[in-house]
Amino acid sequence: MSEIQITLEILRYDPEKDQEPHFQTYPVTCQDDWMVLDAMNHVKDHVDTTLSYRWSCHMAVCGSCGVMIDGAPKLACKAPVRDYADRTARIEPLANFPIERDLVVVMDDFMDKLKRVKPYIIRKEEKSIEDGEHRQSPAELKKFKQFTMCINCLCCYAACPQYALIPEFIGPAALTMAHRYNQDSRDQGQADRQDEVAKPEGAWDCSFAGECSEVCPKHVDPAGALQQLKIATTVQWYKGLIGMGGK
Amino acid sequence: MAYVRPVSKTTWYLAKRSYTVHMLQELTSLFVAIFALILLWGIGALAGGPEAYQRFLDGLTGPAMVTLLWVTTLVMCYHAIAWFSVTPKAMPIQHGEEFVPGSVIAGAHYAVWIVLSLIILFLAGVF
Repeated sequence: MSEIQITLEILRYDPEKDQEPHFQTYPVTCQDDWMVLDAMNHVKDHVDTTLSYRWSCHMAVCGSCGVMIDGAPKLACKAPVRDYADRTARIEPLANFPIERDLVVVMDDFMDKLKRVKPYIIRKEEKSIEDGEHRQSPAELKKFKQFTMCINCLCCYAACPQYALIPEFIGPAALTMAHRYNQDSRDQGQADRQDEVAKPEGAWDCSFAGECSEVCPKHVDPAGALQQLKIATTVQWYKGLIGMGGK
Repeated sequence: MAYVRPVSKTTWYLAKRSYTVHMLQELTSLFVAIFALILLWGIGALAGGPEAYQRFLDGLTGPAMVTLLWVTTLVMCYHAIAWFSVTPKAMPIQHGEEFVPGSVIAGAHYAVWIVLSLIILFLAGVF
């Protein structure tokens, strides 16, 4: 196996010492099948143990290792070092989030917004166990399945120009989750999500730049979900106007 | 204390090419508004009688106005094409287990656009 030379230029920030972040460079000799996360782990294990970042699964499932690589939000575990061979890769914390320390961002804002859109199945009446399971056809599943692939890595928030400008915007991943449950044939909670989703800081703050879908490492289409939400909330609003349920 | 990176409210769209393209697409709305105003002016003139309508038609001549109309038409075409191309995202159609291909949904918009344009041209006596 051949080796690759790359230089990681990592944004460092220690809240106890630094007034503002600064870059620190680390030349790394990598195996050619390494991901950027492997190179970061090499630095952490052998060069500078103070480097802080989140990671867990190393297989694009946990969504922990989202960082900006040369200005683009990516999962470090899914970014091959060969793409940055013999040059400098600039690693920064996900854009649009406060920096807790080094590459670790404060996610509280997203967690609060995710909770507000009620990302779980809501039933008006629960079925008893004796009544059996909630059946769902393959077609009903297909309707929302791509949205279930979201791993909350927040790459979409880091790419979203609207979230950068309007911090109150609920944003791509949380709204996509609202849409995912609204589309689920087992769910009856669309009206419960309507207030949050239909307000200006909900789907309507999306200007459809489409960057969220471009950067999603799981090939989810949040931009599509948000446009579909705009249509659905409008239909729901008109239904409410003529007294056909909905808010 | 967590560090909040500053975001420029005035130059953010220059940071990435895709942001710039997006803002140019947004900017095309201005030309849609210009065309709408010209259309309202024409409808108002039509209601004002033959002389008023003739003054409206005369107002549409001259190099500056013709240039504006051509630019507005071209930019509005770009506006329409940009939005038609993303209609499959906003209005996916599921048939059974499969989704109808995006090209069919966008193509249907182009077809309606062409048919409506032909009807308007027919009503205007072009054919």
